[in-house]
Amino acid sequence: MDARNLENLLRPAEGETLVFDTNPVLNERLTHYCPGCLHGIAHRLVSETLHELGVAERTILVAAVGCATFTYDYFNVDGLEAPHGRACAVATGVRRARPEAVIFTYQGDGDMAAIGMAESLHAANRGERITSFFINNTVYGMTGGQMAPTTLLGQKTTTTHDGRRMDREGGPVHLAEMMAGLDGVAFAARCALDSVKHVREAKKAMRKAFEVQLEGLGFGFLELLSSCPTNWHMDPVAASKHIVEAMIPVFPLGVFKDKTADSPSVVQKEGVPHA
Amino acid sequence: MNPVERILIKGNEAVAFGAVDAGCRCYFGYPITPQNEIPEALSQLLPERGGQFVQAESEVAAVNMLLGAAACGIPAMTSSSGCGISLMQEGISYMAGSHIPGVLVNMQRGGPGLGDIGPSQGDYFQAVKGGGHGDHRNLVLAPSTAQECYDFMFRAFALAFKYTNPVMVLGDAIVGQIKEPVRRVPPSDAVPGEELARLAAPWRMEGYGQRGAGAQPRLLKSVYLAEGALAERNQLLAEKYEAMRSECAWECVDVDDATLVVVAFGSIARIARSTIRRLRAEGHRVGLFRPVTLFPFPSEALRSLLPGRRFLVMEQNLGQMVEDVRQALFGMPHVTSDTVKWHGIMPGLFINADELREPMMQSLKEVR
Amino acid sequence: MSRVVFLEDRCKGCRLCVAACPVQILRPSGRFNHHGYEVMEMSGTCTGCASCAVMCPDVAIRVFRTAKSRGHAA
Repeated sequence: MDARNLENLLRPAEGETLVFDTNPVLNERLTHYCPGCLHGIAHRLVSETLHELGVAERTILVAAVGCATFTYDYFNVDGLEAPHGRACAVATGVRRARPEAVIFTYQGDGDMAAIGMAESLHAANRGERITSFFINNTVYGMTGGQMAPTTLLGQKTTTTHDGRRMDREGGPVHLAEMMAGLDGVAFAARCALDSVKHVREAKKAMRKAFEVQLEGLGFGFLELLSSCPTNWHMDPVAASKHIVEAMIPVFPLGVFKDKTADSPSVVQKEGVPHA
Repeated sequence: MNPVERILIKGNEAVAFGAVDAGCRCYFGYPITPQNEIPEALSQLLPERGGQFVQAESEVAAVNMLLGAAACGIPAMTSSSGCGISLMQEGISYMAGSHIPGVLVNMQRGGPGLGDIGPSQGDYFQAVKGGGHGDHRNLVLAPSTAQECYDFMFRAFALAFKYTNPVMVLGDAIVGQIKEPVRRVPPSDAVPGEELARLAAPWRMEGYGQRGAGAQPRLLKSVYLAEGALAERNQLLAEKYEAMRSECAWECVDVDDATLVVVAFGSIARIARSTIRRLRAEGHRVGLFRPVTLFPFPSEALRSLLPGRRFLVMEQNLGQMVEDVRQALFGMPHVTSDTVKWHGIMPGLFINADELREPMMQSLKEVR
Repeated sequence: MSRVVFLEDRCKGCRLCVAACPVQILRPSGRFNHHGYEVMEMSGTCTGCASCAVMCPDVAIRVFRTAKSRGHAA
């Protein structure tokens, strides 16, 4: 397809409305992610949310290490690199230096739930006014498919050749539930990126995760169940199906904590610390 | 001098006062002896001035909080000792690689491992040779008095922002714990906060909207995967470290007619100074060369003391700064294997001036 | 009729759009972009629901809806 032809196609005809478009917070760079990797969907959702909230110009992104190392290449916001696992500590420093900024971290499962577990939980427990996105695809992607803290029992990886075993590696870490148990956390939820319905839910949860920061309520956390077609050795469509069939039964979707005013949970409003 | 201007405080407290007076706005740290007076003082001083104090969950977290705050162009610092500084090496390397101006204070304790809480200069290599992974250097300042603890915090922030590089103030248990009068007045090389902010304006994290219409997003990072890209970045670092040579600082005491020059830094330098004063009173021609910057090492100043003098390196470790002294003099005319002698004091020991007398006398005899 | 436009240079050929389309009008085209990925094409009546675009990890799809079409966007 030549460029002129594409230009014509992108012009709405009479009676047509453009109902799906990109947004100015997401730049045009093609991602380095593998075909079918759902990081791209998560990126789009984050950028749309920042755009809709109108806060991109005062946003600082703290990137992680792993496949998400280069997150900052795709967002039109100020970006800062953190060492592996330390994004929430770096974000804490940014928060203390820039009280007016909107700050988010974007971290994979190895980064946030293994090497950065301490920094993540303590930043959350302090109630740092930051928003963290946790991409859980049960495997180390960038380094080539090794076991992650969220690897499912029985799942084969390049360091669990016969499958993860409870008696040897322990079970998968449930970070959203752990986060919900911390007093400083204002919002903790788990969504999935496998389907249109779940992606739309994720978008709503993402907005909440930012709103608790903007309203000064505390730490916003959203876990996103994602796939890794490359290291799962599946095609992208099968990988998305695997999220539903294998991951959601282990990592239930839902809102585990919500301190916002319109929260449906009366119990939380009465001050019981653990959702 | 107006006596009212002098306050009796520990070196650690002088660090805290110096930091806030120099414009430090954020502190992040984790408790460890013998530097706890620093966070304890700053936990009061900073909030009083609208600053931020965070007791981190670990030194790893603390140094990364420092990275985050310093990346915003805000004067920020951490402090620790020995094992805690080891944990911070990751963040120090990232700050160096990303050109971020963090200030760190290491009140050294005995090592290796958990060691003890006595004085030591065993972290010299770690401080001046980089310490973390990759080719990086810290600017290292070595105070030997509480007054210098106060004064050097100004220089630390000024240098960190001038070079966008980590700066380490390297004291020890003696320097940190000793209580002495300090004149709480900004030193002549103090750089005003507005100047630090001006220096940070071209790179700090703030949100692009702070930079006016049409501003582009910024990125601070240390990863450069494209072939040749990292080489370019490291070339920048090499040039920066070369430029830092102009910051060399040192002190000479009684060297003019000396046949023996003691080379010592920090607390050992001040103890050696007492010994030298006594030997001078007895007619011995001995002097002191005290490096104030350990990186860059004042090699040229040391070389200028050649020829005709021998050197005795005294340090509280198993032999670290002596390598930089030998390197500084290497290849110079008339320098032989006898030109530089070394006397080590075991880390953790509290020594007095009398204990340095014998090794100095021995070297004086060899000079004759 | 509503329609989708593929920004073919952005496509990585993952086919998540094909799987997401509720009326199954998307399919591999047999053509390849300059990255070497097989690009998709539309064949059939589009409702303008934008499910394909919502599921595209590479933001390679634009959706135009006509007033008469049914469906809703993200």
